Amino acid sequence: MNVVAVVVVAVFYALHQDVWFWREARPLVFGFLPIGLFYHAAYTVGCALLLWLLVKTTWPGHLDSSSDE
Amino acid sequence: MIQSVVVFAYLAIALYIGIFAFRSSRGGGNAEDYFLAGRSLGPAVFLLSLFGANMTAFSILGASGHAFANGIITYGLMASSSALIIPLSLLVIGTRLWALGRRHGFMTPVQMFRDRWECAHIGTFIFAVQAVLLVPYIIIAVMGGGTTLAAVSGGVIPFWLGGAIVSLVVMGYVFFGGMRGTAWVNTLQTILFLLFGTIAVVVIGAGMGGFSAAMESLTRSAATAPLLTRERFSPLYFFSYTFIPLSSIAFPHIGIFCLTAQRLGHFRKTVILYPVCMLAIWLPSVFLGVAANAAHEVPAIEAKLEARAELASGGGTLAPTDRDRLRAQAGGDDVILRLVDGYAPVWLAAILGACVMAAVMASDSQILALSTMFTEDVFAFYGGKARFGPAVQVTTGRIFVVLITIVAYVIALRMPQSIFDIATQYAFAGYSALSPLLVAAIFWRGSTRWGALATTIWTAVAVVAVAVIQQSIPAPPPGSAVPVWSAFGADIITRAPQGALVLGFLPVVPMTIVSALLMWAVSRATASALPSDTTMRRYF
Repeated sequence: MNVVAVVVVAVFYALHQDVWFWREARPLVFGFLPIGLFYHAAYTVGCALLLWLLVKTTWPGHLDSSSDE
Repeated sequence: MIQSVVVFAYLAIALYIGIFAFRSSRGGGNAEDYFLAGRSLGPAVFLLSLFGANMTAFSILGASGHAFANGIITYGLMASSSALIIPLSLLVIGTRLWALGRRHGFMTPVQMFRDRWECAHIGTFIFAVQAVLLVPYIIIAVMGGGTTLAAVSGGVIPFWLGGAIVSLVVMGYVFFGGMRGTAWVNTLQTILFLLFGTIAVVVIGAGMGGFSAAMESLTRSAATAPLLTRERFSPLYFFSYTFIPLSSIAFPHIGIFCLTAQRLGHFRKTVILYPVCMLAIWLPSVFLGVAANAAHEVPAIEAKLEARAELASGGGTLAPTDRDRLRAQAGGDDVILRLVDGYAPVWLAAILGACVMAAVMASDSQILALSTMFTEDVFAFYGGKARFGPAVQVTTGRIFVVLITIVAYVIALRMPQSIFDIATQYAFAGYSALSPLLVAAIFWRGSTRWGALATTIWTAVAVVAVAVIQQSIPAPPPGSAVPVWSAFGADIITRAPQGALVLGFLPVVPMTIVSALLMWAVSRATASALPSDTTMRRYF
């Protein structure tokens, strides 16, 4: 995993600590989802995108002796 | 009645899967085929079964109960942090474990540790600590099975018989199907969870007349508005929970699961889709748990809310026995069951029954992992395989599956569940503290067996110390903390309502950091014990 990837992961890890929505329930996204819960649901989707990017850019293909690529 | 039929149908299907997996075995009964499904799982089964192995009863029932009492913080504490850390650890560590297992024939993490650090008995010690931390999960599953069958049958099936039936079914498909059967049952379990979450939100939402009105009513009440924020929790407590998912890759059953993929490429979809599965299962569970606070028309939920209000108004003036009674009444572990009873048709209740049964049967991978560890790390390592042959090794594994099931069942009948509930909480912190072992073995040339031993001893001592503090000092009333050890004018260790804290962090944080520091410091101090060049060349 290269330096850029490590920095991006560290930033993403820090974004989990969303103190900016700590005491806020509103707005209720879609009329029923508190903003703090919506943020973490969106963060989870962001995780999938980040991991897709990491798989694309830092895949440890050298570990595979067979040709599955 | 319908719920009982669906639950028993699920049990029958699980057992059949195990027997079908036994018939599908292609390895002629060798150990690799039984314990690792011949390292041949395809991408879909690998993703769903690995995910299922990580999901315990807590994901469906406990998450809703925790959210009912604590609010939306539950998702951030346990789901979104896991959605980043677990797949990341699969990408960074899991793929390396897979490759080393392929190249050198490892079937357990301890086999790799022994080879990597050229040690014998230290490996046995690591095995023992791992096994002790794993056993409570198996006992809890027996208890959960007994309770669930007793509940869905309306008490017709007593606890002892329900526990026996569930134990026999799990033992049956693990005994016959080995890893292949376990992976297929876990796949079915994950599909059930994924289906239930979405359907439950839609059906219960319709039953409650939409969630908007429910959420608006929660924001208007001073008692429930904090549930939609995280204002009652400290950011340090929230941060601490990001260390818990480190335990996942260190759990032996997850490490062993990493060895079952047919190709390295199967990790790709698992890594990318893991967060999506987390979202699909945890968001409905947490949201429904929070929304239950507005379900006043369901009598069982209203009784919980009244007990909670009495607990809050009584504050520190309540007698400890009254406080414990009210806490038990206000407990929300069955809140999703009550929501389904109150708002959903009987067919959804039946699916939920099957989901709950699937969740409490999640101990299958732990039983198989313990069996694999015992046969490989103890029986084979100490000469059993050489003396009796590989066929006897599989038989030993199967006998171990039977023995561990019987032992777990007997303990489950004789001891209170609360002990094992607590033990599993410590196990997460313990396995997080063991994660530096894997990182050092795979990535750090300078690590030595003495560093590994120091890390493992520290983990065992720390888990016992936290358990003693937590059990010997009663939980104080909400909003307060009891100092346990103070130094330099600061409270270093405190006992808070949610457990022991170290400088405001959960114990898992210092446990994991000290563990990593010990690995580094002791390895540097014992550099003369570095493995030979031949060993090093095989890893770096």
